[in-house]
Amino acid sequence: MERSNKRGRFSYSSIILGLGVALIVIIILSFFLGRYPITPSELFGIIFSKIFPIKQFWLDQMETIVFNVRLPRIMLACLIGCCLSAAGASYQGIFQNPMAAPNILGATAGAAFGAALAILNEGNYLTIMLSAFFFSLLTVAIVYLVSKRAKGSKLLGLILSGIIVSSLFAAGTLFIKLVADPSDELPAITYWLMGSLSGATRKTVAMVLVPMAVGLVPMFLVRWRINVLTLGDDEARTMGINSTQLRLLIITCATLVTAASVSVSGMIGWVGLVVPHLSRRLVGNNYRHLMPASMLVGAVFMLIVDNVSRNLLQTEIPIGILTAFVGAPFFVYLITRRGEVY
Amino acid sequence: MSITISGISFSYGERLILDNVSATAEEGQLLSVVGPNGVGKSTLFYCILGLLNGFRGQIKINGDDTRELGIKEMAQLVAYIPQSHYPSFNFSVFDMVLMGTSHQVSSVSVPGKKQAVLVEAAAERLGIAHLRDRGYTQISGGERQLVLIARALVQQTRILILDEPTANLDFGNQILVLTQIKSLARDGYTIIQSTHNPEQTFMFSDRVLALYNGKVLASGAPSDIVTEELMRKLYGVDIKVQSLFQDKVRVCVPTVVVEDNHHQSGFE
Repeated sequence: MERSNKRGRFSYSSIILGLGVALIVIIILSFFLGRYPITPSELFGIIFSKIFPIKQFWLDQMETIVFNVRLPRIMLACLIGCCLSAAGASYQGIFQNPMAAPNILGATAGAAFGAALAILNEGNYLTIMLSAFFFSLLTVAIVYLVSKRAKGSKLLGLILSGIIVSSLFAAGTLFIKLVADPSDELPAITYWLMGSLSGATRKTVAMVLVPMAVGLVPMFLVRWRINVLTLGDDEARTMGINSTQLRLLIITCATLVTAASVSVSGMIGWVGLVVPHLSRRLVGNNYRHLMPASMLVGAVFMLIVDNVSRNLLQTEIPIGILTAFVGAPFFVYLITRRGEVY
Repeated sequence: MSITISGISFSYGERLILDNVSATAEEGQLLSVVGPNGVGKSTLFYCILGLLNGFRGQIKINGDDTRELGIKEMAQLVAYIPQSHYPSFNFSVFDMVLMGTSHQVSSVSVPGKKQAVLVEAAAERLGIAHLRDRGYTQISGGERQLVLIARALVQQTRILILDEPTANLDFGNQILVLTQIKSLARDGYTIIQSTHNPEQTFMFSDRVLALYNGKVLASGAPSDIVTEELMRKLYGVDIKVQSLFQDKVRVCVPTVVVEDNHHQSGFE
């Protein structure tokens, strides 16, 4: 029998704690992965030398790799996994739909279009990010407004308008690829659309950290109230929750972190759908535990996938391809498995 | 706490759903709203709850106009108990009941021990404490209805509004749920419920409001409403009403069944 705050012998809080510990362990292990070998003593020496006076016994090169290559990449993977999963879990709650995710609501398609447009116009990193962000918000706004006017089932209306607006922006992206310069712009757009964290630098991490924090913190704080929203607007209102306001806040935050993620990493699908469901299996549907669990599972998942992406083959595999390879079969397993019905 | 509805009219576009409806529910009273499907019972409730605002007329709770009350203030006065439903996500019974404490908990916080105590007490009161850790979608319809009532108790309001609490329940569960509702009224809760079953209306209500085509057809004590004439007007079929146990119970039987001899012989 399912216990409300427990799964088997473990309380939900200790599962979340365990996930936190797992994340830290995987972060440390990730520093050792890569073409340039670094030993544990060298790694800890490099890190602790920032706090304690330790005589340098490693090469300057190693320090550069740890701080300028591996650290930003690890941080970016964790942040993006955390953001896409938190956004997915939030979208699922406020739209009362287990199938809602950043991809389905058009947030990623809009961001992709915006970024491709910026690349076409020879934009730099900042303009790519701003453009992706703007079009992502625009797509979700259109999807939301169209679905509100759609006749019949609200939930179906949302998914359908998501499909409509997504394919419209996908067509826009295709058109941009058609007119893009095949010698430099087209490969840039194409590679970017596949999703990759290879562009991670300390500067990109610093740039996305602000919008990500601005979105993640409110989503975490109001997490318990998302439970009430899953019962529908009317019921939530009678329990004293201003559902319109709360929904708007969460949509804005979730879209903000999605756009921030997509603008630096390109299209990374499946994470926002698969991770919240995996987390539901671990800690149940109560957002009090589900939100932090999704954030941690998302970070762990993305970091592992990115480690594979940069170490499996001689050349890096775009991470969007890997998340689909992992996500699709995993989702088939989730929906066909006996047990809880969605 | 009393609730006074005076001259409420509401229309969806051209279509008039409620036409000058007035009613009063006093403290400790169980008011049943009866009438055929689509007569405006749910619309009336949505107006009372503040979910629909475009109505004419006035609704007062303890003398305060509901239109001047905010969402949170309303949640402190009136709790709504929908028909037992299947939400998109399966919550434990405990978590489901806990949601009733929303208006007591700050937006950026989670419920604490005080709220948990309220949940335990409400579950105990309704005899569902043993279901605490079960999934809400995995229990029976009657149990789900009791969970929703517990959630309303946790909300700590004195007025409860129930939308057909016995719909889709088997006979035993209907009686179980209605007995609990009646006992809440005896404890001083002001209760308004909509219902379909005239016999149960007679057995469990203190007052009855009969709606027909958006208008008040009759209102008064159950013994004045559950009559052959009114039932015929209300449901459009001929009904025999039989009094039993010194008029503690009234049985409503379709005339076509009791007066049709061929029908009877068909059973032999």
